[in-house]
Amino acid sequence: MTNDVIIIGAGPAGLSAAITCAKHGMNVVVIDEYYKPGGRLLGQLYEEPDGSWWNGIKESDKLYNQAINSGVQLKLSVPVINIERQGTEWNVFTNMETLQANNLLVATGAAESPAPVPGWTLPGVMSVGAAQVMTNVQRVKPGEKGIIIGVNVLSAAIAQELKLANISVESMTLPKINSMNHDYAIPKNVVNSLLHVSHLSPSPIIKIGSNLMKYKLINKLALKFYPNKGIKMWDIPIQLKKAVTQIYGTDKVEGVTIANVDDYGQIIPKSEKSIEVDFVCISGGLYPLAELAAIAGCPFYMIEELGGYVPLHNERMETPLSGLFVAGNITGIEGAKVAAAQGTVAGLSIVNNTLNSAFEFELEEAIKQVRIIREENPIQFHPHIQNGRKKMQKYWNEYFANNQESFII
Amino acid sequence: MSQRIKYHPLLEDYKDGKNITFIFNSEEYIGIEGDTIASALLVNGIRTLRYHEETGTPHGLYCNIGQCFECRVNVNHQQGVRACITPIEDGMVIKSQDVLPTPVKDWREKHDK
Ligand SMILES: Cc1cc2nc3c(=O)[nH]c(=O)nc-3n(C[C@H](O)[C@H](O)[C@H](O)COP(=O)(O)OP(=O)(O)OC[C@H]3O[C@@H](n4cnc5c(N)ncnc54)[C@H](O)[C@@H]3O)c2cc1C
Ligand code: FES
Repeated sequence: MTNDVIIIGAGPAGLSAAITCAKHGMNVVVIDEYYKPGGRLLGQLYEEPDGSWWNGIKESDKLYNQAINSGVQLKLSVPVINIERQGTEWNVFTNMETLQANNLLVATGAAESPAPVPGWTLPGVMSVGAAQVMTNVQRVKPGEKGIIIGVNVLSAAIAQELKLANISVESMTLPKINSMNHDYAIPKNVVNSLLHVSHLSPSPIIKIGSNLMKYKLINKLALKFYPNKGIKMWDIPIQLKKAVTQIYGTDKVEGVTIANVDDYGQIIPKSEKSIEVDFVCISGGLYPLAELAAIAGCPFYMIEELGGYVPLHNERMETPLSGLFVAGNITGIEGAKVAAAQGTVAGLSIVNNTLNSAFEFELEEAIKQVRIIREENPIQFHPHIQNGRKKMQKYWNEYFANNQESFII
Repeated sequence: MSQRIKYHPLLEDYKDGKNITFIFNSEEYIGIEGDTIASALLVNGIRTLRYHEETGTPHGLYCNIGQCFECRVNVNHQQGVRACITPIEDGMVIKSQDVLPTPVKDWREKHDK
């Protein structure tokens, strides 16, 4: 059977798009390989600037109920393995069946960048997002006492979540420097990015940021005055002058070796110490999960501010391939509210394209809404996200100037 | 051993579902409805989900959201099932993927080639 719309990904972007399309009478199927709807929204739990709490499980439930009540068909635990264009239709291959639709939205979200530290394959070492989901979604402690390697917005938010669940976090610290991880391992770079983000957002990181600011006021080189024992956030020491050099254990994590580092991330000899922990979280940042858009044949651009390679798209969430749309973190790393707002835009774009531009006004308004939410969003993953968005628009304009023809059919 | 987070200052209390009995590497364990294979094993104190196909080193979950394939196990004779995104079911028979035989490599190593 042919559907009007297939959506890959039941995160905030995919579900918001599905609700919008279904409310306008379209027949929508959403496919997700996870066993629950909500995507990465599920694990989120942070304090809003007004003091209320953003509870990802509740937000996911809301979206799920709206989707089901508007007639969206949801297929969970179903991985999409391939997509292919045939005539005017998109074929979507899952491990069970092949589905067809004229409109396809790829809303596959983001993934965590691997950030290997010696010993990282031992059981008990996990990405920081893994600990988030284990704690808040599965409600199992990832361990009794852990350490977080990588200091950034996401790891700071998750450190607090572990603390809330009464899990002991020894400290947050940096990884040992290697040729790939300068942004995460050199104290100067980390401090710069923290100061930058804290500037813009009242998110958890501001609490580190504003503490750092105090030092900044004393001396431009915040790092020089950064105390060796770290500064504390929710009682968790943030160590910007230490790095984990080795995770050790026989057949699971038993501890880490931690050393002092200079401002450039170089290990200070003979400063190594062992700390016993039973789990380790590694955080190397997020990148857009865009394989499926690549398979479909969408052109890609590397835009650092958006988190990596991003499929070419415009503010209407269209790609140059007719009937192919993208929304959410696949278009750049941002918080869940932006992803949801982009989903609504993608939904309206699909409706508008199908119904002879009858929803032009609503679409314009929804696009404005994305911009507003982006500015107000408490979680900013990249301080220059707006620049990234502008670059993408420029690439889009250039692409159509060079390729005279409109959409690729 | 890892514990269940029953009470949380902000999230709803954990609701105990019905018990689920399953087999992992020939031993019987109990998980709770709503667990994934990975969370049911972790709450039972088990972190090692598989052994590296060649080197035999132990591996556990890494991303917990289906992206890295570090957690793949054998479920009811089906290979390569991701333990972190597969809900546990009554009577499931789960096995760690073991070291695969590598006769050529073994021969080389033994003969120092
Ligand atoms: C580990 C992790 C933790 C995060 N934590 C936070 C946080 O604490 N706060 C915050 O503001 N932001 C966080 N984010 C950012 C997050 O990506 C956004 O907040 C938001 O969830 C993005 O929404 P989305 O709809 O674009 O994608 P997602 O919410 O990621 O949803 C995408 C969905 O697509 C599904 N999918 C992907 N590929 C396939 C496939 N081939 N077949 C079938 N289904 C597929 C996935 O299973 C997933 O459910 C996190 C991201 C990650 C990766
Ligand atoms: S832990 Fe990464 S796929 Fe399961």
